[in-house]
Amino acid sequence: MDNNKKAIINPYSAAGIVAAQSLGEPGTQMTMRTFHYAGVAEHVPTGLPRLIELVDSKKEPKKPLINIYLKSAYSRSETKVREVADELESILLSEVADVTEEMGKRIIRVIMRPEDAKALHVTSSMVEKAIKKTVVTLDVEKEEERTFVVKVKKAAGTGDEPVLKILRKLTGKLAKTLVKGIAGIKRAVVVRDKDGEHFIRASGFNIRDVVLRDEVDSTRIYTNNVMELWKIFGIEAARKALVFEITQVMEMQNLAVDPRHIMLLADAMCADGKVKSIGRHGLSGEKAGVLGRAAFEETIKHLVNAAVTAEEDNLVGVTENIIVGQTIPIGTGKIKLRMRADK
Amino acid sequence: MEDIEKVIGKVKFSLFSPEMVRKISGARIIIPDTYDDDGYPIDGGLVDSRLGVVDPGLRCKTCGGRVKECPGHFGHIELVRPVIHVEFSKYIYSVLKSSCPECKRVVEGSGRKAKGECPNCGAKIPDIKFLKPATFFKDNVQMLSTDIRDWLAGVPNDDLRKLGYDPDFARPEWAILSVLLVPPVNIRPSITLESGERSEDDLTHKLVDIIRINQKLEANINAGAPQLIIEDLWELLQYQVTTYMNNETANSPPARHRSGRALKTLAQRLKGKEGRFRYNLLGKRVNFSARTVISPDPCLRIDEVGVPPAIAEELTVPMEVTEWNVEECKKYVRTKEYPKGLYILRPDGKKLKITDEMREQMAEELKVGWAIERQLQNGDIVLFNRQPSLHRISMMAHEVRVVPGRTFRLNPTVTAPYNADYDGDEMNLHVLQTQEAQAEARYLMKVEDQIISPRHGHAIIKPQEDHVSASYFFTKDGTEFTKEEASKLLMIAGIRELPKPNKDGMYEGKRLFSLLLPKGLNVKVKSKLGEEIVIKDGELIKGAVESRALEGEMLEQIFVKQGSQAAQKFLDSVTSMCLEALSWNGMSVSMKNYSLSANADKKVKDIEDKANREIENLIMQYKNGKLERSPGLTLKETLEGNIMMVASKAREDVGKVVESDLGMDNTSIIMAKIGARGSLLNAIQMSAMLGQQAVRSKRLARGYKGRTLPFYKRGALTGRERGFVFASFRKGLRADDFFHHSMGGRESLVNTAIRTARSGYMQRRLIHAMQDLVVDDDFAVKNGRGAIIQFAYGGDTKDPMLATSTKFVDVTKQDDLDTV
Repeated sequence: MDNNKKAIINPYSAAGIVAAQSLGEPGTQMTMRTFHYAGVAEHVPTGLPRLIELVDSKKEPKKPLINIYLKSAYSRSETKVREVADELESILLSEVADVTEEMGKRIIRVIMRPEDAKALHVTSSMVEKAIKKTVVTLDVEKEEERTFVVKVKKAAGTGDEPVLKILRKLTGKLAKTLVKGIAGIKRAVVVRDKDGEHFIRASGFNIRDVVLRDEVDSTRIYTNNVMELWKIFGIEAARKALVFEITQVMEMQNLAVDPRHIMLLADAMCADGKVKSIGRHGLSGEKAGVLGRAAFEETIKHLVNAAVTAEEDNLVGVTENIIVGQTIPIGTGKIKLRMRADK
Repeated sequence: MEDIEKVIGKVKFSLFSPEMVRKISGARIIIPDTYDDDGYPIDGGLVDSRLGVVDPGLRCKTCGGRVKECPGHFGHIELVRPVIHVEFSKYIYSVLKSSCPECKRVVEGSGRKAKGECPNCGAKIPDIKFLKPATFFKDNVQMLSTDIRDWLAGVPNDDLRKLGYDPDFARPEWAILSVLLVPPVNIRPSITLESGERSEDDLTHKLVDIIRINQKLEANINAGAPQLIIEDLWELLQYQVTTYMNNETANSPPARHRSGRALKTLAQRLKGKEGRFRYNLLGKRVNFSARTVISPDPCLRIDEVGVPPAIAEELTVPMEVTEWNVEECKKYVRTKEYPKGLYILRPDGKKLKITDEMREQMAEELKVGWAIERQLQNGDIVLFNRQPSLHRISMMAHEVRVVPGRTFRLNPTVTAPYNADYDGDEMNLHVLQTQEAQAEARYLMKVEDQIISPRHGHAIIKPQEDHVSASYFFTKDGTEFTKEEASKLLMIAGIRELPKPNKDGMYEGKRLFSLLLPKGLNVKVKSKLGEEIVIKDGELIKGAVESRALEGEMLEQIFVKQGSQAAQKFLDSVTSMCLEALSWNGMSVSMKNYSLSANADKKVKDIEDKANREIENLIMQYKNGKLERSPGLTLKETLEGNIMMVASKAREDVGKVVESDLGMDNTSIIMAKIGARGSLLNAIQMSAMLGQQAVRSKRLARGYKGRTLPFYKRGALTGRERGFVFASFRKGLRADDFFHHSMGGRESLVNTAIRTARSGYMQRRLIHAMQDLVVDDDFAVKNGRGAIIQFAYGGDTKDPMLATSTKFVDVTKQDDLDTV
């Protein structure tokens, strides 16, 4: 038999358990250190914390990062890429201006800080536009070249709210108003990949709005935020991203894990078209058997619920059969062939 | 002997109706007490002998069985007023909320319900409020449990199905208890203290409380006490039953023991790590097992385990008496010497102890179809295990070899999969009790079949440490052996024929080594030392073998091509033969190995001075505001980053000096380079400098205000004051260096502790989520429900153990990483 045929896996192999062990066992050897991407994000989790974050399929990873490649027409010139990066980076009003409330006069004064504005390429017309968009119906006066005044008065739709309360609320809202860029993109830096191509490495999320920009090559955008990829590009993208991210974690720690184990985990997590975590709110919480679920976590909850709905446990899982003391339906336990003693 | 095999097909959960409880009850319990003055169970008391027996000598009044025969029987308490079962209150609430109080139909959709009317009968829908743990309000008036029960009892079956109930098995009114099931006594046994005093189980205590309140309530009702008092007692009864079910119910103070300890009631018995599920049902205890300290024995094969006589004499293996082995079995029964029979198992299930006086007689009686249990002996197959069992190779099948001593002995080569060492580790051994289990262990779990790890497809059981050094010296150019030496070595390796000697009558190391390699093995790799290793058709032609060639190339290739047996033989003969040769010459490390020449010392000093100058320079720039800020960092962070770079550069430079000064004659450097043990970093730290100490990848900064130690200046930023240790282990550390080094060391200890806890929980979750995934006979991976997870396992149906797809990596030990 050639080596290729010899390497075919035995039917009834406990593929899941072996995969879980292969991913879990190196966990004890991993570091908890964080990683640093110059200029974009510090303390990007790697190693065990990152692996846990991935298998938990957290809605928001601690440090979401986006790699943005531009269409080839743009990506050749570094200046062009930098330009786009600048336009992507979100800048809040408070980053370029001081927003102060003046209770007595019932006004909010926005005074731009020229140096900051210049450094971040923000013009006063951009600020004006942003303010107007936020306050909608209220009057905005341009007091000086770089100073705007919002006069707060009782407006329709605000109900009984006292004017001062509106003023206070609006001040906070103004400070967080987006002046420029795409909401959610915190920082964008131009980096060169190993082929020498320039791309933008950004921290934050909202790839949906990034993709909508003309210069961006939507076929090559990537984020380490698996949940966001799933929402925008679908389950297959999420599965691939999961495999890629877990592989990355293992490689960075110099731990060898066969890709088959990683793929199986990703497939199990994505099998129902949703990205499910491995914990009690995901895969482990919806297993077939009551006994299996009760043995994992939230014992009482599962038993009580099973009683009310008169649930049956058909003992299809490993845990369930161990509980009742029977052969587990995996490996040689699945074989029904017996030798008759009398023959 | 015809065994009827009972198989549990499914388990159904349901609620008990009051009638059902009365039906399965063996006794109505009415007395809140246990034993009378004479120490006998009180009839109608909580340990009524109809509930089973716990005292030896007594018989159960229900089934007539004795202590071990009687499984125990339930009893019941008739509650004078019904109470809510707390765990179901959420479900009761949902039924109350969604049904009409008049017609009891389940109210669906918006429609008239929005107006607060029942779409069926037009009755007003009240506002139901639920106050945890078990109080309900109807339009802000507290509801009586009796009223709730009547309401629930009126809801028609078909309507309940809409809510997800199965009314044939779980009517909602059954969640309101009018009869309380009393568990059998053997579930809540009492313990007799030394003083002869009995101490009852927590559950019994709780049941006593319930009966007492129940009696009091009954007396008050019969006496026509005011409604207020009755309701108070009723509520108290509700509380007692609530805590009986779950003593950790939210908004309900836990019932306590006299000592102040919270009682462990029903829910507490089931849940958590020490609960019934995880502790007893999933963690079953076994017989036929042993545990003791392990110690090394390189003379054993890797698939053997040394078992001390004391254990071998105690553990037994069953042997079925057949027409082919009757005589052998009789021999075991007759002999009084070590491998002897201990018990005879008759087909009627009787187990007879074989006593020395009875041996002859019993041997004569022995018949085909019986079985004997004989002592463990050489060649028996056993499972060997070390906790924590993180992966499947934490438990492997070994062959028994009885050896003197009181410890299990283990070939050092197999410590890797078990992650064992010999500093006091203990391991477990299990003797397999059926033919089926023994066969499975032999064919699937033997050590040699686990040489390749399923995690990455590379060798996990491989030559280590001295084996690697030994093979290196053995195969180094110029290693030669005399005829006598060569004969000795080959004998150890199990080869009985000498190869042709060189012209001078000597035997080259490479030649002898090649005899262990199978024909057809071809290797061409670059060794860790940079030279080329060439094996052509099983003949080592060029290069000295090191770890990469040994495990990555030879062992794995032999395993894949020649099979596990060949790999095991190769491993055993290489390690033992090379070790023998090494022991003739000896190999050791001493202080001298880490002494640098005066010249090198000077160079190290220069590097140190240069690093100090550069750091000071950076600090100057920082203070003058001339330092250029790196993008995304503050000025301070930029400075710290730059200094860290200087520090690591300094150690790198020192490394080069150390490497060239100690040279390739230095055993310590050789070991590091060929992958036997240690790293260059270890040598650097011992001979030249420890380098920058760090906490959270940053220079040390904590301890006192603005400094690490009290005698430094506040805000000091120089190398030494922020944990750059210039001293080496050989020269010895200054006090401040010592403190700084401990700070870094502390961090890695803390990290290890946190890591184990976190990764343990992650692995438990991973296992739980994936344990039912199995490769079916069509090579698709399916889960417990039979749903397909992958259409072809891994995309190619290949076993990761046999179809390696990861690159071979040199694993850097964690200890080495932490100090970098």
